[in-house]
Amino acid sequence: MMSPANEMVDIGSASFDAASAAVEAALAAGARYADARLVDRRHESMTARDGDVRSLTQTTSAGLGVRALVGSSWGFAALGDPAGDLDARRTGERAAAIASASAAVPGPPMELVAVPAVQGSWASECMEDPFAVPLAEKGDLLTGVTATMRAAGVAVAEALFQAWDTRTAFVSSEGARIGQHVRETGAGMHCLTVGDGETQRRSYPAFRGQYGTRGWELVRELDLPAHAERIAGEAHALLTAPVCPSEETTLLLGGEQMSLQIHESVGHAIELDRILGWEAAFAGTSWLDLDQLGSLRFGSELMNITIDPTIPGALGSFGYDDEGTPATARDAVRNGIWVGVLAGRDSAAVAGLDYAGSVRADGYARLPMVRMTNVGLEPGPHTLEEMLAATDDGVLMEHNRSWSIDDRRLNFQFGCEIGWEVKDGVRGRMLKNPSYTGIGPRFWSSLDMLGGRAPGEWRAWGTPNCGKGQPGQVGHTGHGAAPARFSGVRVGVRG
Amino acid sequence: MTAALDDLAAAVLAEVARQGGPDAVATVRAETAALALTRFAGSAIHQNVVDERTTVHLELTVGGGRTAGSSTTRVRDVPGLVTATLAAARLVPRDPDWPGLGGPAPLASSGTPDRATAEASPADRAAGVAAFIEAAGGLSTAGFLQTASLTAVLLDTAGQHVTGATTSAACDGIARLSGADGVARSMSVRLADLDCAALGARAAAKARAGVDAAPVDPGRYPVVLESAAVTDVVAGLVTGQFNGKAVVDGTSGLRLGEQQFDPAVTLVEDSLAPGAIGLPFDVEGTPAQRTELVRDGVPVGLTTDRRTAAALGRTSTGNAGEGSATWGPVAVDPALSPGSGGSIDDLVAGLDRGLLVSDFWYTRVVDPKRSVWTGLTRNGVWLVEDGRVVAPVSTLRFTQSYLEALAPGAVTVGADVDPQPTRLGGSMGYNRVAVPALRLAAWNITGNATG
Repeated sequence: MMSPANEMVDIGSASFDAASAAVEAALAAGARYADARLVDRRHESMTARDGDVRSLTQTTSAGLGVRALVGSSWGFAALGDPAGDLDARRTGERAAAIASASAAVPGPPMELVAVPAVQGSWASECMEDPFAVPLAEKGDLLTGVTATMRAAGVAVAEALFQAWDTRTAFVSSEGARIGQHVRETGAGMHCLTVGDGETQRRSYPAFRGQYGTRGWELVRELDLPAHAERIAGEAHALLTAPVCPSEETTLLLGGEQMSLQIHESVGHAIELDRILGWEAAFAGTSWLDLDQLGSLRFGSELMNITIDPTIPGALGSFGYDDEGTPATARDAVRNGIWVGVLAGRDSAAVAGLDYAGSVRADGYARLPMVRMTNVGLEPGPHTLEEMLAATDDGVLMEHNRSWSIDDRRLNFQFGCEIGWEVKDGVRGRMLKNPSYTGIGPRFWSSLDMLGGRAPGEWRAWGTPNCGKGQPGQVGHTGHGAAPARFSGVRVGVRG
Repeated sequence: MTAALDDLAAAVLAEVARQGGPDAVATVRAETAALALTRFAGSAIHQNVVDERTTVHLELTVGGGRTAGSSTTRVRDVPGLVTATLAAARLVPRDPDWPGLGGPAPLASSGTPDRATAEASPADRAAGVAAFIEAAGGLSTAGFLQTASLTAVLLDTAGQHVTGATTSAACDGIARLSGADGVARSMSVRLADLDCAALGARAAAKARAGVDAAPVDPGRYPVVLESAAVTDVVAGLVTGQFNGKAVVDGTSGLRLGEQQFDPAVTLVEDSLAPGAIGLPFDVEGTPAQRTELVRDGVPVGLTTDRRTAAALGRTSTGNAGEGSATWGPVAVDPALSPGSGGSIDDLVAGLDRGLLVSDFWYTRVVDPKRSVWTGLTRNGVWLVEDGRVVAPVSTLRFTQSYLEALAPGAVTVGADVDPQPTRLGGSMGYNRVAVPALRLAAWNITGNATG
């Protein structure tokens, strides 16, 4: 939903004035480039447990973050709730001073790839403002579903709702002046059953809920009450279900688990800061080598991954990233070949690429850095029913329970909440503690059937808690995914 | 600064009384935090940030259990904060398990912040980074140096009024050579305690010893875990096992009062200990205390907040955090007591055939009740034969019960405590975990770099 400057985005001129003052001060203090974001973010979270509201939290995080480039060195300063232009200028000066200190241990000369100096605005679609929905209605929803699960005999039943409302005024020394208003909403529920020396968990619609750049309508569409009794029953059934066998077999994954598989083994691997070694000490690096961009086989022909922050309603959508680069869709993997990365203006220039657009920050107080937007798998030619019918011997797994992957994004191991035996084309008995492990490109090369043809199979899943950065940042990312089938996968890893 | 925070918190509480009347019960926390972090990669500073903010947190209850929490950095709008929070509290259903406030309770200490650390400049941090890089002797380096300070005031309508302050400094870096990474990290209340050059030299030595690593077959190996890896085990236990919410939920596998661990294992939570960096009170105003979690191998304690304490028939240990409702009350200054196992070399000398592990990475719980975790090694693994390191090993995946790894007869505890930074919660970015190295009888390796 693009719009002319500030027509749809209510961001006061004072915010732009403060951001401009900060940028001007940074330049006057010696920066050759500076940008500033004045961010006002509201967050509301409600949790319920066993039929009672357990917590309701409302936060407002408002402040100014300024980035300054001196030579090839960056500095970033943030100040909560600046009182006026004087505070803003001081923050700009401080960013430049920090950049000058960085220059004591400088890197190689660095430029920024060019982006248009946009003067515009953008707002996410929102049919029903989540902050305008009465708290009593939210409470009734969450207490109702947890009471239902509890009545079905589970040990613990919890449900969660969250919403964010973020207004950003962005100004750069190159002339950009962008207003942005993003609303994000999500909800979910889970229950636990406790057996003899074990616990089992079931969730809906995903293990940490479903989220999008949408309003309360997303929560209504989830229809939590319709699924509460079912997942409680499955959590009970898991206690007595046989354990997932330990073997090499055909693996079918549900769409939600596929979204995490994409996030961990593709999304993070194509982050350019990792590839360049900028995250070597913490988040890690990547097995991908830029020399092979455009030629490396990442997976089978069915594997088509896009970087697309323009998907309406997906959690990783925006109009402009936090460097002011307009949202643009591009390929990351096409017909199994690695062709694109998530990049920022500095990392792209270092890598010799001509595009950026994937730099985001967790609020005003954190440095914008390379992050996923919507990194998703395009739908395939099959349906889940066709995949089941075509499988003589395999395991179907759904809903993530644990995830782990090495610092080069190669060796992964995922546990799921629930599995089913697949024999002679039919989904059979339930299996507990399903897990699988593999090596990224080998696993993706074994992708031999991909769903998405049936209505509703492909979905843009939202991940609201992607951790990266020091100081820590929590990112919101989206992942289009559908059920998929992989051959020759090791399942049932034991502890 | 404390006086200004006092005034701010008092203003919020007065506004609560004005708008909410006698029915309104509230806890107000005003805090000023400064977090400065200098990151380096490719032996150059590439990110360098400072974040300064004052935040007000308000927890407000009406009707004996209708509670809303709020926080804001917009601290000049006290009436607006109270109005919104009060309106929210009046609209939510009553929580019959609301634990109430605790009332006045004195602190054992108001904290021991280090002024020089609070005032450290970007140039100070750049000098530390330069020392790390220089000491790595030409190897490519990456990591960070952080300084942080936090001052907080808490008031509540039951009469609690406490003030505390703390500082911290952490240096964490790797050196890289031909695909091998070596790590060294340390944490203290004082920046001056960190020897960044020594850390750089140590990381470089590790990297040099890790070149030409080869895989080993999956299986159960005796291991020596260096302090960085032990930190992950302790973090897993304090978040998943000794956490009062995990016990309430039934997901903890602790057997309190039984000899569940080796007698060499003693674990405490203690934000009052010398060198600890936690505030002297939690977000509910409960004073910090020393809490024994394991004494000579017997689990004897849990970390609790007011809610989980009430559910368990205990008193709060002062471990309420901002995420307690979701994640439960977690230790913020855990410390594993040193033992008789000597140095890392001594621990390695006791292995016939096993692995020396520097660090763990991306560990996630697979089975909460048994505390089975999967994760990977990082920053160096070495094969040990006949008590000597004989070869570097490439990255390994493990799937291991942390509870069972510390079982009676399985543990030798090293003598040297090496405080490590890790994330357990709070406003300071990193927590300090004081741990020695460990030798364990078995660790379940379930994969290697090839699958």
